[in-house]
Amino acid sequence: MIDDLVIDARGTLCPEPVLRAARVARTLSAGTRLVVLADDPAAATDLPAWARLRGHRVVSIRTPRPPDAGRDIVVTVELGAGRSTSGQPD
Amino acid sequence: MATLGTYVDTVAGHRSMLDVGGAAPVHPAAIAAWSDAVGSGWADPRRLHAEARTARRLLDGARESLAATLGYRADEVFFPPHHPAAAQAGVLGLAAARRRATTVVVGAVEHSAVLHAATWHESHGGRVAVVEADALGRVHAATVARAIDDAPAGTAVVAVQSGNGEVGTYQPIEGILAVTRERGVPLVVDAAATLGWGQHLCDVDVLIGSPRAWGSVAGVGLLVKRSAVRWRPHEAGEAESARRLPGEAAGEVDIPAAVAAAASLQAIEADRLVAARLSASIDRVRRAAADVPDVVVYGDPDDRAPHIVTFSVLYLPGELVVDAFDTAGIAVGSGSACTSDTLEPSHVLAAMGGLTHGNVRLVLPRTVTDAEIDRFCVLLPEVIERLRRQTGVSDL
Repeated sequence: MIDDLVIDARGTLCPEPVLRAARVARTLSAGTRLVVLADDPAAATDLPAWARLRGHRVVSIRTPRPPDAGRDIVVTVELGAGRSTSGQPD
Repeated sequence: MATLGTYVDTVAGHRSMLDVGGAAPVHPAAIAAWSDAVGSGWADPRRLHAEARTARRLLDGARESLAATLGYRADEVFFPPHHPAAAQAGVLGLAAARRRATTVVVGAVEHSAVLHAATWHESHGGRVAVVEADALGRVHAATVARAIDDAPAGTAVVAVQSGNGEVGTYQPIEGILAVTRERGVPLVVDAAATLGWGQHLCDVDVLIGSPRAWGSVAGVGLLVKRSAVRWRPHEAGEAESARRLPGEAAGEVDIPAAVAAAASLQAIEADRLVAARLSASIDRVRRAAADVPDVVVYGDPDDRAPHIVTFSVLYLPGELVVDAFDTAGIAVGSGSACTSDTLEPSHVLAAMGGLTHGNVRLVLPRTVTDAEIDRFCVLLPEVIERLRRQTGVSDL
């Protein structure tokens, strides 16, 4: 049993990391923590922007700093009740 | 209800160009002035004969006209070859004139030309402080003040745009100028996105612009510098053109392009009705976009350039949206990482905390019609709904 669900979206380009997070998020209940790994720089802004749109809480954003660029972006969100535009999770 | 098919039939070969940021359709006043000048103003204005004097008169006339339109003196108007060169000359030339102060302060949402100049400064031993923007894309005077005061060895120059070329938001130039004046730091204002749109710009130290963006021909950029502001040659770019402010080195100026720039700015500044009409069109686009589920419209809804808007479509690559509109005969822009070569997300939307994917930018030409806006607004929800269905993201 794990508390945090990890999505590895490394190697994909925007908006794929957000799509993967959204697909997984709709199957989970509020309060679950989702950790998304990505290496497209856009993910560092898009995942938090998506989370805000969907009423999820952004727990942390880790972005690579120039000296050790190339490391992964790690965005952790805690799912909220969600803005139900898509009916029930399946 | 209109469909894609009926729309294509309706326009029957007509295209709608709604992506004129940086390069607008050439205004008739520019074409007329350019044609006149290109036949008579071809000589090197530095020579001593009658032909050279004709060229010199045309160049001087262009400087006088732009000075009058913008509220400066003719000898304060210069013509770098293009907007990036103007940004470089403005930012780096002012920094070079203030050797002891090492920091260049720039807004986070500046045009890439200004950011590139700042990067050059940094890579040559200088410091750069980037001033954050708020969610509307606005840079605040208090944040600029803090950046100036925090610079360890003093601030050489501050560069802030008049308005943002992606989301349209106007910057509080008057407040920022008060801050820079109080601290004795020169302010460079990049007005490339807003010149010609009737924005009130106060007496800034250096103003840069792009005639091509307001509807003149390519060939010159614009740099206006108060004569009291110290400027020195900078080392970026080609040594020769960096040595003097272009315009002092008159032989390097594209004179017909300078004449066209002056004539077109005068013509469009005199025509204030266009700005009001386009602003109402942008209001309609903003409302239409906001009505589509999971579309976020960026920028200040009111205090903004009349002709610019960006919105982002959640879950769709901007490229797909641009292609769908292109097929339907409407040209729109996108700064999405997915559509650019650099794979860098839009630094403007990133600075605002926005969605950098799925973004669509409209920069309206002065000639846009209500019917074109109608068509765009009708098509927008259809196109997005269809693309989301096709890519299987409708239920996310």
